[in-house]
Amino acid sequence: MHDLQPDFEQLRQACQRMRKNILKMTHRAKGGHPGGCLSAIDILGVLYLEIMRIKPDNPTWEGRDYFFLSKGHAVPALYAVLAECGYIQAEELAAFREMGSRLPAYPSNEDTPGVDMASGSLGQGLSIANGVALAAKLNGTEQRAYVMLGDGELHEGQIWEAMLSSAHYKLDNVCAIVDYNRLQLDGPLDEVKSLGDLRAKWEAFAWNVIEIDGHNLEEIYNAFLAAAEYKGKPTVILANTIKGKGVSFMEDEVGWHAAGPSDEELEKAIEELS
Amino acid sequence: MEQIAPREAYGKALIKLGDINEKVVVLDADVSKASMTYMFRDSYPERFFNLGISESDIVGTGAGFAIGGKIPFVNAYANFLLGNAWEQIRISVCYANQNVKIIGHNIGASSGKDGPTHLPFEDISLMRVLPNMMVIEPADGIEMAKAVVALAEHKGPAYLRVGRVPTPVVTKGEDVFEIGKANICREGEDVTIIACGVMLSKALSAAEGLSKEGISVEVINLHTIKPLDKDTIMKSVRKTKGVVTAEEHTVIGGLGGAISELLGESYPVPIRMVGVRDRFGLCGTYDELHQLLGLTTENIIGCVKELINLK
Ligand SMILES: Cc1ncc(C[n+]2csc(CCOP(=O)(O)OP(=O)(O)O)c2C)c(N)n1
Ligand SMILES: [Mg+2]
Repeated sequence: MHDLQPDFEQLRQACQRMRKNILKMTHRAKGGHPGGCLSAIDILGVLYLEIMRIKPDNPTWEGRDYFFLSKGHAVPALYAVLAECGYIQAEELAAFREMGSRLPAYPSNEDTPGVDMASGSLGQGLSIANGVALAAKLNGTEQRAYVMLGDGELHEGQIWEAMLSSAHYKLDNVCAIVDYNRLQLDGPLDEVKSLGDLRAKWEAFAWNVIEIDGHNLEEIYNAFLAAAEYKGKPTVILANTIKGKGVSFMEDEVGWHAAGPSDEELEKAIEELS
Repeated sequence: MEQIAPREAYGKALIKLGDINEKVVVLDADVSKASMTYMFRDSYPERFFNLGISESDIVGTGAGFAIGGKIPFVNAYANFLLGNAWEQIRISVCYANQNVKIIGHNIGASSGKDGPTHLPFEDISLMRVLPNMMVIEPADGIEMAKAVVALAEHKGPAYLRVGRVPTPVVTKGEDVFEIGKANICREGEDVTIIACGVMLSKALSAAEGLSKEGISVEVINLHTIKPLDKDTIMKSVRKTKGVVTAEEHTVIGGLGGAISELLGESYPVPIRMVGVRDRFGLCGTYDELHQLLGLTTENIIGCVKELINLK
């Protein structure tokens, strides 16, 4: 973790840059889930650029913190931040979804430097974070495990199994983030299957809960600091976000869950972000 | 003949492994008494983790341990573990190519009177279809101990099948156990029997009985069902030109399936498969079930004779 307060203006610019890269990737690939990338990118930006102890020039450095993108469909956001950090070159982003490239349609630890786990099948990430966090405790290291979950993804039963496990083992080195954009594939969560009082549910599972605006960089940063300081319980950050955030015609529109923008739409979106 | 319960050999082997390899961690899903991992827990409490009745979670947690540099042995009843967590094994273990050992307990007819819900005859097939996955069923308690050590030395996903009921010891301490290398237990000329697990002892009895009738049978211990030791199998089959397979498992996609695929493609010869025929078990003792399902020495003998008559 960095000691100095981040330069939030610089960080904001980095996030806008990554938004543009997400749009270019999903435009070129004619798909790739821009909506859930744009809701997650501010959180990923703060995490990778200011919070996590990582060495982009040595991706498998033994002392690294871990990040798992459990909502693997938002992988363009992950590739954008890996490029921003220097794990990969920005030019390589054009290879997203190309056969045989290092940037497949869902995270793959065997293919991409800086990616520690495969995902794409929703529901699996929190268990992974617990396992690596238990290993860190066993080794007596201060390493932390971060995992990003979709709100729709919370329908999966494995998440709730894993929530019990994190709490039982008092994994205060686990920090889950829920990208709480209130939309899933088929529509709003409240129409498909409601999560009810989500905060109360995590609290009832003995987690430390922090609720934030998931697009306010300072709030995101402070939440991660508070999570790292909190002892004895795992922390979940319920990040209130907007699917498609930053592009007017994509915001809160379920139609942008998977589809990529057309030529004109890309141009308009880039203009808005400049 | 001496008998050892595979699970007991497994539990003891884990303790030894824990002593020589600090990276080994053991995870269990509330069945540590049956899996006998409680012995490891008592020796190395800090390296034992009970994840409760959460098969999907335990597999993912194992994968996380592997990312953290540990060698996790993930234990539960075979049917519940592979059935509930097949997708987790597929992605978090196999696709991610993580060094996780999946240990399926109470396999085949082990749970006897517990009946169909508790009698997994499908686990080999479920694991065999997964890329990167290795599948092992040792023949007896002695081989089990060697398999546990070999599993920890091999880097990558693996499935180990562990029975509950004491079974005859048919291998020797000095026999070499190498993953992916089938052992010829008895040489013969007329028919090849390929077996794994408890069925190896029945194959050997069948061969002994048949020898008295002048029929010479080669018996192969196929402890590693995946990857298949094609060389050893092909060499034997080119000689005998007839194969009987035997497994405490469905013939669909299991050991018999694997051999049929291999020979069907590269060297078609008559095959007879001894195994479960597309059905569930019943509530019954271990021996009653083996009788009911045709997992018997007599059935193996009958199959060999059928092949001899075709010649
Ligand atoms: C196990 C599984 N079931 C279904 C899918 C198909 N799928 C991909 S994304 C998605 C919706 C996810 O919604 P949410 O978690 O809210 O993601 P976000 O809104 O952040 O994009 C679905 C159903 C999947 N990838 N995995
Ligand atoms: Mg959502």
